[in-house]
Amino acid sequence: MEAYVSLFVKAVFVENLALAFFLGMCTFLAISKKIETAIGLGAAVIVVQVITVPANNLIFTYLLADGALAWAGLPNVNLSFLGLISYIGVIAAMVQILEMTLDRYFPALYNALGIFLPLITVNCAILGASLFMVERDYDFGESVVYGIGSGFGWALAIVLLAGIREKLKYSDVPDGLQGLGITFITAGLMSLGFMAFSGIQL
Amino acid sequence: MYWIRRWLDQIHPLFAKGGPYQKYHAIYEMVDTFLYTPPDVTRTAPHVRDGIDLKRVMSYVVLAATPCILMALWNTGYQSHLAMQELGVIEAPGWRGIVLGMVGVGYDPSSIWDNVWHGFLYFLPIYVVTLAAGGFWEVLFAGVRNHEINEGFFVTSILYTLTLPASTPMWQVALGISFGVVIGKEVFGGTGKNFLNPALTGRAFLYFAYPAQMSGDAVWTAVDGFTGATALGASAIGGMEGIAEIGVTWMDAFLGVIQGSIGETSTLGCLIGAAFLIYTRVASYRIIFGVFIGMVVMTLILNAVGSDTNPMFAMPWHWHLVLGGFAFGMVYMATDPVSASMSDAGRWIFGVLIGVMTVLIRVVNPAFPEGIMLAILFANLFAPLIDWGVMKVNIRRRMRRTGERAG
Repeated sequence: MEAYVSLFVKAVFVENLALAFFLGMCTFLAISKKIETAIGLGAAVIVVQVITVPANNLIFTYLLADGALAWAGLPNVNLSFLGLISYIGVIAAMVQILEMTLDRYFPALYNALGIFLPLITVNCAILGASLFMVERDYDFGESVVYGIGSGFGWALAIVLLAGIREKLKYSDVPDGLQGLGITFITAGLMSLGFMAFSGIQL
Repeated sequence: MYWIRRWLDQIHPLFAKGGPYQKYHAIYEMVDTFLYTPPDVTRTAPHVRDGIDLKRVMSYVVLAATPCILMALWNTGYQSHLAMQELGVIEAPGWRGIVLGMVGVGYDPSSIWDNVWHGFLYFLPIYVVTLAAGGFWEVLFAGVRNHEINEGFFVTSILYTLTLPASTPMWQVALGISFGVVIGKEVFGGTGKNFLNPALTGRAFLYFAYPAQMSGDAVWTAVDGFTGATALGASAIGGMEGIAEIGVTWMDAFLGVIQGSIGETSTLGCLIGAAFLIYTRVASYRIIFGVFIGMVVMTLILNAVGSDTNPMFAMPWHWHLVLGGFAFGMVYMATDPVSASMSDAGRWIFGVLIGVMTVLIRVVNPAFPEGIMLAILFANLFAPLIDWGVMKVNIRRRMRRTGERAG
C-alpha cells in the first residue's frame, strides 16, 4: 500500500507530466483561460488516463511484450514494435467514448471543451503516461495508480495555470508578450515552483 | 530645503507630456515622490479614510527589516572574524582590508564596532549592485512602458540582498536580481501585477543555476578557505546530534549567531519586524500565524511518525522555527500582498500551505536542506486558486442564506 501512495505522490508532484516533463503543452496552454473549463478538461484527462494506462498495460503484458503470446501457443513472438500504434488506438477509442458521454450528459462542458476534447487523443501527456508505464515496467496495480496520479498531476497543473491566468487578466503585459508568450513564461515560472519536489526519492 | 521643491517645480515642464524629456518622466516622478508627499488627493467618491499608500506600505516593510539588517551587518562581520581567527588570517584581503585599515577598525570578534564595519563592507557592495542592476531594469521598463517607478523595488532589493550568502559573486547578484525584476515582475507589468515574489524568484534562479555558490558549506562565511556548515545543513545530515556537534545552541540560532545567508539568521530580528508589521497592519497576521501553525502541526505529525533512516523527522518545531530562513520567509516573504492570497480565509490556507511545505521539503527532500523559499514560491502558484475557492464557497453560502438554489 505504501508503495502505491509514494507512486501516486511521485506521479502528481515529483514527476508532474506538465511541469516536470512539459508534456501535453498544446492543451495546457490553450484551455487554461478559465478555471471552470480547466477543471473540466483536467477531469477528462484524469478519466482518460485512468482507463487508458491500465488498458495499455494489459495489452502490453498479454499481447505485445516479448513472449507475451505464450498463452496462444506463440512463445517466440515479440510484437512490441506495435506498441505505439496500439496505445494510440486505445486512447482514440477511449476519447471517442468519453466525448459521446459528455455530449449526452454534460453538454455545457462538452461545448466548453470544444475541439480540445478530441484533441486529447493526440495529447502527448496521455501517450506519455502509457509509454512511461511500459518503460518503467509497472504491473497492473501500479499502472492504475500511475494513471490516476499522472492524470491528477496534469489536472492540478492546468487548474493552477488557469488560476494564475485569471489573476493575470489584471496585469499589464507588454504587447509582444500578450497571449501565448506570457503563458509560456508563466508555465516556466510554475515549473520553477515545482522544482521544490525535484530530488525527492520515493 | 525649499529650493529643492522650487527646482523640481521649475524643471517639471521639461518632463511633462510634450516636454523634451517626457521619456524620463518616470525618473522625475520617482525623485519627486521620494522627496515630497504627492499633493494629489481624491476629489470624488469613494474617499479614502486612511492616507496609506504604496509608498508608506513599502517604506514600513523596509523599516521592519531594520533589525534584520543590523543583525546581518554584525553577524557577517562576527562570523568572518571568527573564521579569520581560526585560520590565523590577520587582515582582510583586497579592498576591504584597505578600507578597514583606513578607518582604523580591527578584526576583533568581540567588538561590536569591528564586526559591524566588516559586515557592512560585505553588505554594501551586494546591496549597491542589487540596486544598480535591478534599478536599471526598473527605470528602463518604466521609461519605455510609461509607468511609475515605485518603492516596491526598494523592498525587493533589500529582501533579496538579505537572502544571499555574503560570499556571492557580484555578477551573480546582478544576474539574479535582473531575472527577478524582469521575468518575475516587469514582464507582467510591474509592481502589483506579478504572481511570484520577485525577490524570491531571483533568489531561486540563482539557487538552481549556480548551486556551487549558493549552497554547500564553503559559501556562508566570507573568508576564503573557511568551510562552516549552516546549522540546517548539519541537521540534514546528522539530525539534532549534527547541530550539537557544530556547537549551536537554540539561543544562538534564535539570536542569529550562526552561519547562514546575510540577513536570515536572526529569528529575534525577524520577530521584532513581524511585531511592527502586524501592529501597523502592513503584513497580514493571518499569513504569519498560518505559516507558523502549518509548520508546528506538520512537525508534530512527522515527530509522531518517526523514521529510523532520516534523523530530520525527530527535529522539534522550536528548532525548525529558528534554523535557516524560516522566520525571515514567514515574516517578510510570505506576506508579500501581491503574490499571496487576497481573501482572509485564503490567507490562512496560504500560510498553512507554506508552513507544511517548508517542513516537508526540509525533512523529506534530501536534495534541499532549506525549504521556505521553494515553499513560498510553490504556495504563490496556489494563491489565485485558493482565492477562487474561497470566493466560490462564499457565493454558495450566501445563496443558501437567501434561500436561492446554488447555481
